[in-house]
Amino acid sequence: MVLIEAYNYLLSRGDEIWVALGQHLLLVGVALGIGIVLCVPLGVLTSRSRAASLAIINMANALRVVPSLAILFLAIPYFGLSFTSSALALTVLALPPILINTDAAFRTIEPPLKEAALGMGMTARQVLWRIEFPLALPVIVAGIRIATVEVIASATLAAFIGGGGLGIYITRGFALFDTSILLVGAISVALLALTAEILLGGLERFVRTPYG
Amino acid sequence: MSSIAFQHVSKTFPNSTHAAVNDCTFEVDSGSFVVLLGPSGCGKTTLLKMVNRLLEPTAGEIFLDGKNIRALEATQLRRRIGYVIQQVGLFPHLTVAQNIAVVPELLGWERARIDARIDGLLELVELKPEYYRARYPAQLSGGQQQRVGLARALAADPQVLLMDEPFGAIDAITRASLQDEMLRLKNTIHKTILFVTHDVDEALRLADKIVVLRAGRIVQYDTPYHLLTAPANEFVRELVGADDMVRQLSLLRVEHVMAPLPKNFVLNGTPTILQQDDLRNALSKLLQSGASALAVLDETKPVGVLSLEQIRASAKRA
Repeated sequence: MVLIEAYNYLLSRGDEIWVALGQHLLLVGVALGIGIVLCVPLGVLTSRSRAASLAIINMANALRVVPSLAILFLAIPYFGLSFTSSALALTVLALPPILINTDAAFRTIEPPLKEAALGMGMTARQVLWRIEFPLALPVIVAGIRIATVEVIASATLAAFIGGGGLGIYITRGFALFDTSILLVGAISVALLALTAEILLGGLERFVRTPYG
Repeated sequence: MSSIAFQHVSKTFPNSTHAAVNDCTFEVDSGSFVVLLGPSGCGKTTLLKMVNRLLEPTAGEIFLDGKNIRALEATQLRRRIGYVIQQVGLFPHLTVAQNIAVVPELLGWERARIDARIDGLLELVELKPEYYRARYPAQLSGGQQQRVGLARALAADPQVLLMDEPFGAIDAITRASLQDEMLRLKNTIHKTILFVTHDVDEALRLADKIVVLRAGRIVQYDTPYHLLTAPANEFVRELVGADDMVRQLSLLRVEHVMAPLPKNFVLNGTPTILQQDDLRNALSKLLQSGASALAVLDETKPVGVLSLEQIRASAKRA
């Protein structure tokens, strides 16, 4: 019953859902983009040093504990009620899984493999790109997948501070005390997260070595 | 082919008080098969890795064909030296063909030449190219992986092969067949081979000469025959089991004790044995056939003769 109401509400608002979806995807894209560009190279570096790894991984884990909502409100004084504040909060959320997985992926490559590659006359750069990176990729993609799902779910919070996205239905449903409107947001976000999980899971299998 | 000369080579690792390799001087003749033998921690792998500069000596020099290897760029040097380690060395994300192609690609060979080389090498190590090219290492048995490892090391036709316990993680039966394969290849590929093992039987079977190492020092550098018959000290005597004559016979190769071929030798029904076969087999063949001597073959043609007297003489000296 509520579902039909939600569907009717969705139709009555015309293109609004597409605009909201677009904003949502943009938020997720920015957060993940920054997360990947920052954390993949950082993870490669930390995997080379035990001390650096311990320090940075603990920091990343500490970040995980801080609720996104708190970061959201902390960002407001600097960036206002805006897209930027929301994107910043989501980026912080995206960092730990990507960093931790990249570090683990490079750390667990067997040393004799690297030595064989060096012994055959590869330069350090060639070892990184031809041997280490392809072997690490499935685990890195797994980290990106975890980050993506977390960020898609959390991006609904952006609506609380005017950042847009699918969260607008949730805030609106909350304000109007209307479950059907709330469901439009909840279901669409759930579907989006599920789709991302399936697509990135597929990518993960694709980059995994056959019979590895 | 290439010779390798070690001159007063020492290596002390950082944070270590004693030298892993201590003042080693010896020469590996061009085209010979030299085994570095000793208990674990004796410095044999360290010594090997200094040849392709995965490790740098703290003192001393290493010469490849008379040229100091330090004068060469490490990556260039390594592309000229085949390197085989235990089977983990195959890259799991690359197919057999891609694994073999690594060094030729680094050297910038053309695609057609690389493809032809891959097929040729797979045939050399007795793996059907059409069947194995597209396989991944995880689909192969340990023995097959090691064959691919050997093919990969030979890819760019290096003059020198370094082999670090290549058969270390392989079951005894496969190991024996890989050793036979190695003996056969040794006579066809003509490489200078430096081979690390802690397995005495393997060393005695394969080597032209053996460097016996203990605590980083060379204890004796000699042929398997001399190690067995004239061990330098008690350590070597016990290591090679010089007192056990039956064991000796099974480890010494026919080619080491055979007499030269007499003039006007005709095969004429004389029982034959391959030169890389061991003396134990030769003895049982002699006893079975009742012949006074065996003709020794290198694959096809006779190269020497072996009589009971020669076997007895080789045992006596022990």
